[in-house]
Amino acid sequence: MDQQNITLISFGYFRKNILEKIAEDVKLEFHFPVNIKEGHLDLSEFYDSSRRQYNGNTLLRVIDADFSPDSFRTIGLFSVDLFIPILTFIFGQAMLNGRTGIASLYRLSNERYGMPRDETLLLDRFRKEVIHELGHTFGLLHCPNPTCVMRSGTYVEDIDQKNQNLCVKCRTEL
Amino acid sequence: MERKISILIVDDEESVRDSLFSWFIEDNYRVECAESAKKALSILESANFDIILADIKMPGMDGLEMLRRIKSLKKDSIVIVITAFATVDTAVQALKDGAFDYVTKPFDPDDLSHLIRNAAKQISLKEENEVLKEKLVSLENVEDLIGQSEAMQKVLKEVESVAQSNSSVIITGESGTGKELIAKAIHSNSSRKFFPLVSVHCGALTESLLESELFGHEKGAFTGALYHRKGRFEMADSGTIFLDEIATISTKMQIELLRVLETKKFIRVGGNKEISSDFRVICATNKDLKSMVEQGTFREDLYYRLNVVNIHVPPLRERIEDIPLLTEYFINQCCISMNRQPLKIDTVALKRLEEYSYPGNVRELENMIERAIVIGNGKKITLKDLPLEKSIIDSSIESLDDNEKNHIIQILNKYNWNISRSAKALKVDRVTLYNKIRKYGLKPSEDK
Repeated sequence: MDQQNITLISFGYFRKNILEKIAEDVKLEFHFPVNIKEGHLDLSEFYDSSRRQYNGNTLLRVIDADFSPDSFRTIGLFSVDLFIPILTFIFGQAMLNGRTGIASLYRLSNERYGMPRDETLLLDRFRKEVIHELGHTFGLLHCPNPTCVMRSGTYVEDIDQKNQNLCVKCRTEL
Repeated sequence: MERKISILIVDDEESVRDSLFSWFIEDNYRVECAESAKKALSILESANFDIILADIKMPGMDGLEMLRRIKSLKKDSIVIVITAFATVDTAVQALKDGAFDYVTKPFDPDDLSHLIRNAAKQISLKEENEVLKEKLVSLENVEDLIGQSEAMQKVLKEVESVAQSNSSVIITGESGTGKELIAKAIHSNSSRKFFPLVSVHCGALTESLLESELFGHEKGAFTGALYHRKGRFEMADSGTIFLDEIATISTKMQIELLRVLETKKFIRVGGNKEISSDFRVICATNKDLKSMVEQGTFREDLYYRLNVVNIHVPPLRERIEDIPLLTEYFINQCCISMNRQPLKIDTVALKRLEEYSYPGNVRELENMIERAIVIGNGKKITLKDLPLEKSIIDSSIESLDDNEKNHIIQILNKYNWNISRSAKALKVDRVTLYNKIRKYGLKPSEDK
């Protein structure tokens, strides 16, 4: 087991500097060393043709079983459109008090909503999403504080409104 | 701390149950799952859930049938039905059967959050409503009616039972027992509480003034009636009129009052238009109206019209056990109004208060406490701060002569037997003072 290391595994292409910046912020927020790894999966197995999306539930299970057995905390990073059966889409999800989570930047980009490309904003949203899912793996629930990173967000605008940090209350619960 | 909203998820698909479970757990709800309607009903037999989220299509009993059963058991349950394919028919049927709302799978994350938030809001409104209703049932604005004694509890019970009726009430009791507070409590707990409580001190007004006060007057009705003025009966429309010292009203006013109470109609002084007013009447007196009726000084018909319910407020000497509570209450009230630190009363002083007979009742006790706080050392109320001490010590002196002698001795001693200054202080001439000294055989040596 990777002692107290958080592992970020990218599936698909991500610019290296994006991953490094996210790793830095995760380390600052949780005070654990962060590894970046590249993962390989045949994503077609998770593709639901009727919904034209990738099943987040099965992806989470596979990453937990195949990529995190020795890991302290692992977050799978994707750039595909994720769903769970009951919801039209998800930005990411995690095992509450578990060791694994997933996050996708597919629905975080401005272009998805007919707005001009903004790489800085995309990075900002993605790191918040990664920190949010990691928070769940540490047992944190959604926080009512509007600026806390653990605040639930169902739109990108919700994500933009919050900070990338845990509020004092969540930090003490950590 | 806010309580957690509980949600029961009923769906035969494990993935749906798991997804919803995780979603709601992360949102800090209390969640349980059931894979069938039958299982859900059995869970509901032993546990309550605020929100039930149920799929319509399930093997065995479907969601609609389960909805009907839940509603027949607990009418105000919040059930949200989930449909895979929204058809107007199923949605309408679900809503007809009492569903709070319905959602179509898969739902937008924001829609689900909104739906649950709305349901949670409805639950908190319902709970708030229940709390408010409970508050309405219990007596309100009776904070000033202090007393744990049996006699006072009986009065409070009478207030509670009479408040909701529209009957006339006579409050009897000695002066200073708090009759006006009882009237306020009756009004505050009646359905008329949102309308005015109009008080009239009948004893303080002459007959003509009382007439104008009660019925109002038109401009020019009498000298000085420069404007028309509404009477107290008119002001009390939809509310309550409190007639204090009712026994003092004249025979003429008794007849007028009886007519108004019977018809709820009157004419302003100097006017010719009949005015209607819907009021409830509460009277108070420290006199024995029954014996006044027997003596012929109070009209019997008016007495029976007013005396539908009689609440007798006991004098303070009959509820000695309330004195410590009342003392504490008045000390706190006085300290707050004087912006002082709360004071204590020593046990000797409190005991003496309990022994006193209070001819002026609660009002007298209140004034005593206020005086003690004003003249006291600001730390503790002791016996010397109470006016009781002197009266009890000097209780052996009953004759006027003894009192006069004592007073002259005090003044002479104060001015070192200077006759001129003492006479000036006593407001008598020197000869009179000499005569008094001779009369009582006073000498400087024996009195110093």
